[in-house]
Amino acid sequence: MALALKKVFRHSWVGPLVALVAVYVFFVVLRPETFARPINLVTMARQTVVVGIAAAGMTMVIISGGIDLSVGSSVALTTVVIARLLNGGAGPFTAALGGVVVAMAAGCIVGSIISLLRITPFVVTLGAMTILRGAAKGIANQQKIDADARGLDSLLGVLGEGRRWMIFPPGVWALFVVSLLAAAVLRYLRFGRHVFALGSNERTAKLCGVPVEAVKIGVYTLSAALTGLAGVMEFATLTVGDPTDSIGLELEVIAASVIGGASLLGGEGSILGSVIGAFLMTVIKTGSTHLGLPNWVEEVVTGIIIVVAVSLDRLRHRRG
Amino acid sequence: MPGARLITRDVRKTFGPTVALGGVSYSVEAGRVHALIGENGAGKSTLMNVLVGATLPDSGELLLDGASYRPQSPQGARRAGVAMVHQELSLCPHLSVAENIVLGAEPSRAGFVRQGETREIAARALARVAGASRETTLVPEAKVGDLSPAGQQLVEIARAVSQTRCRVLILDEPTSSLAGEDVQRLFAVIRALADKGVAIIYISHFLEEVQQIADGFTVLRDGVTVGSGIMADVKLADIVGLMAGRRVEQLFPRSPRTPGEVVLEVDRLEGEDKPRGASLALRRGEVLGIAGLVGAGRTELVRTIFGLDPVKSGTVRVLGVSGPSSPSARLAAGVGLLSEDRKGEGLATQLSIADNLTLSKLGGLGPLGLVLPGRQRAAARAWMDRLAIRASDADEAVRNLSGGNQQKVALARLLYHDADVFLLDEPTRGIDVGSKAQIYELIDKLAGRGKALLMISSYLPELFGVCDRIAVMRRGRLGPARPVADLTEHAVLMEATGS
Repeated sequence: MALALKKVFRHSWVGPLVALVAVYVFFVVLRPETFARPINLVTMARQTVVVGIAAAGMTMVIISGGIDLSVGSSVALTTVVIARLLNGGAGPFTAALGGVVVAMAAGCIVGSIISLLRITPFVVTLGAMTILRGAAKGIANQQKIDADARGLDSLLGVLGEGRRWMIFPPGVWALFVVSLLAAAVLRYLRFGRHVFALGSNERTAKLCGVPVEAVKIGVYTLSAALTGLAGVMEFATLTVGDPTDSIGLELEVIAASVIGGASLLGGEGSILGSVIGAFLMTVIKTGSTHLGLPNWVEEVVTGIIIVVAVSLDRLRHRRG
Repeated sequence: MPGARLITRDVRKTFGPTVALGGVSYSVEAGRVHALIGENGAGKSTLMNVLVGATLPDSGELLLDGASYRPQSPQGARRAGVAMVHQELSLCPHLSVAENIVLGAEPSRAGFVRQGETREIAARALARVAGASRETTLVPEAKVGDLSPAGQQLVEIARAVSQTRCRVLILDEPTSSLAGEDVQRLFAVIRALADKGVAIIYISHFLEEVQQIADGFTVLRDGVTVGSGIMADVKLADIVGLMAGRRVEQLFPRSPRTPGEVVLEVDRLEGEDKPRGASLALRRGEVLGIAGLVGAGRTELVRTIFGLDPVKSGTVRVLGVSGPSSPSARLAAGVGLLSEDRKGEGLATQLSIADNLTLSKLGGLGPLGLVLPGRQRAAARAWMDRLAIRASDADEAVRNLSGGNQQKVALARLLYHDADVFLLDEPTRGIDVGSKAQIYELIDKLAGRGKALLMISSYLPELFGVCDRIAVMRRGRLGPARPVADLTEHAVLMEATGS
């Protein structure tokens, strides 16, 4: 029994899951009449979609030993591109695809610079953060772009009468599907195993013939595609293209990954853990609101959770 | 007759169910070099940690110059005059020699470091060690990162003896990154320190070296003292017997080998700096040894052959074909490299045994190019059984294994890859005697099965015991390969040092 328990706790996502359930139960007990309502689960899921999808991409980057600070800017750029395309007469699908492609292209360039010029990811993505933000403002002429969402808003909107059977809006399902796919890529594809090897020890990866440069470019491109998808979801919520949106989002996304067991030194992390981390942050946020706590309390608590999560993770490692 | 400087009496230490030290007793005299010998896991590290206060013993007694000695921390031990130089050097490469020597004990007034005094302390400490070594580049102002491994080692020792009244100096595998003349220089330094009355505890796997430098010895096995005495009175075979708990009859097995076709042909290979115009031909069913000093370019030679270091000119042919020079092309052609730097390069230590073992050949572990974890584990388990790798399961992270088992995982990767040509760079460095014997056996078996092996080693008895031919490398140039029967260790050393 103890052994089985130990085996379960070997997975880095188990701890965060226990924390998530505990925090949820905590708020349910304190606010059974509002927080415990099933509709609240749907609301919280909707609010987690943007961070959750971006965290799936970020986790891959972090496992590969990198970091991406340009996520917030990339999301803003995506919303602006979608708004422009919609106003230019494009259909909703084309507009969303256009936004994702722009984000992906940016990620591909960032990955190439990191990989081929051998510059540290922190510096390159710090630069990209400013460049993409500037580009978003340029494309938007420094102001919000109003656009007819043409149904894109229904991705995260409240479900109408005829679609109640879906339980969650499509955006939430997208989060689930994307997470499962990303987790499968990491676990069952050569590319995924190469990402782990690269992050754990780049020299070993080279010794074993792993195409290190290509894997790095692939990781940043794939992650940027997910960031672009997060941008589509952000547009679905805002229904405007906003170049000043999502400032600092990358830190929230990194926090979700870290709570979920990703190591900033690379080689460790799980998509499942990161999505759980994103949900944990939403639950704390929503729960605090339901309790009528001021904003600062929720910020302090989230910060404490990040540090505690990482400390517990270190302890878990030490015990082996 | 000098008195006992440090006495250890029946020291015991357990970690949970594991008995690390089950009663260790011995004494070290002032002005003497005392060797501490034992396989990995015999308890040497725990004992050293007890001596320098990093671990508190459960029971037992330590006496330093007759007084009770109970170090609570490495700082406390250093204040008492017991200092240790670890195997992995702990220097700050960006700081100067002087700054490294006073690190953590900077002479200061009101928080300001006193530069003049720092230089003085450093110069004094360096004079104690460098005088005997005739090392000229070792000045207080030099940047540590610019020094050779031997120079850095001396800085470590200087730091240890810079403490007022250094009474006991512990050296853990001090020669593992040194070769030939550097070892002899280090020994001169050790002798000089001993002559000044320092008691030296010398830990090493290199028994020939131990025999050369130590006056007395203690052998540990499974956390218990199994023997000790005067070095001059014993034979190496006796010590090996004590370590292993059995007499090692034949350390180097050798079954009949018949060299076949040439599989690896290297012609006037030039790297960026080294090798310089190296040529060799390696046949199936033979083991070719590369001898030479550290820094002679042996590692660069195999790395260039393997495509990890750039080729400036010259060719490498595997089975007559010279493909592109990259690790993936070489692996595809059936060439595998075992890195000398097990933790830094050879293995991704966070990852599982299964991941490490299968990393170079993830194809074929599932349909449609998928990598199925179950199949990965099964493949790993098969090799873990065959090489007797001790671990709880294939899921276990490599960092939890002992050095010998880690090395077996690195070797198992080449076997799983089904390589034809094995480039082995220091395959037995830093591993216990038992694992060494298993690796020698494996090399012999592979040669018998028609594999071609190229082996680098700084340990000559090993090269002579394992190889069919040996070539010596010196300053980037590779000499001709000659049958071991035509060579002596003395001749190889002469060629390696250019004397």
